[in-house]
Amino acid sequence: MKLLDVKNILNAKVLFGEHLLNTEVKRVFASDLISEMLINVTPGTLLITSLTNAHVIHTAQVMDASGVVFVGGKTPDQEVIKNGSMSNIPLFSTEYLIFDCCGLLFQSGLKGNKKDKH
Amino acid sequence: MPVDPLQYTPKITLEFKIGEKDFYMAGESASRTKRTLQQLGLNQEVIKRVAIIIYEAAMNVTIHATKGVLKILIDPNEIDVITEDEGPGIPDIDLAMQEGYSTAPYEVREMGFGAGMGLPNIKQNSDELHIETKVGVGTTVKAKVYLKEGGFTSA
Repeated sequence: MKLLDVKNILNAKVLFGEHLLNTEVKRVFASDLISEMLINVTPGTLLITSLTNAHVIHTAQVMDASGVVFVGGKTPDQEVIKNGSMSNIPLFSTEYLIFDCCGLLFQSGLKGNKKDKH
Repeated sequence: MPVDPLQYTPKITLEFKIGEKDFYMAGESASRTKRTLQQLGLNQEVIKRVAIIIYEAAMNVTIHATKGVLKILIDPNEIDVITEDEGPGIPDIDLAMQEGYSTAPYEVREMGFGAGMGLPNIKQNSDELHIETKVGVGTTVKAKVYLKEGGFTSA
């Protein structure tokens, strides 16, 4: 599935990355804990969260996430969006809450990450 | 492209100063170190493990200590991630190692930290972990990641 499909399924607004909507989404991980993101976000993972601070961008960048979806209509401040654009991380905002986001994407064929057994 | 370890300059040291409530230093230092390790041609798994250790260890300093320093020592055989801080120390290391145990304040939890996963994540991702701590003085955390078995082969 591509980010463009995710955008359409979640009726999401693109905060950054219109030119990156062709990026492949391999897996999905949803959490509001940075430590969980660090362990479970693998390259190509789409991150779903209600956190909107710069840690989400740093984590997505360090773990090579394919994009970040901010739920519940939340939008990070301009500085955070700028961080995302400098790191080339596509950012989306959707009115759906976490459960519905996950449900809609799962129904469309996306799966979660297996627990990292490292 | 595999990198010949013999052509690689040994003993690179990266150093970052961490101030009190310098909340974004952890992510920035993890991000900068990742770029350096990628340039050296280390594989993705090693980079991921080192980045997790840096993020969690630096965040611990930010959250709990008054100030500290983060050092990353890169050697052809291993990477050491070391944090040395001036702070409250850890009264009970076994308890601090327990997943879910946290003394982090509310403002940190609100940022998505303080779930009691920091030290367990560091342990899980390192090959060796040494913690020296003195209550009321500070804590030194040394985590080591071995580079054998293809650490230098780009994934």
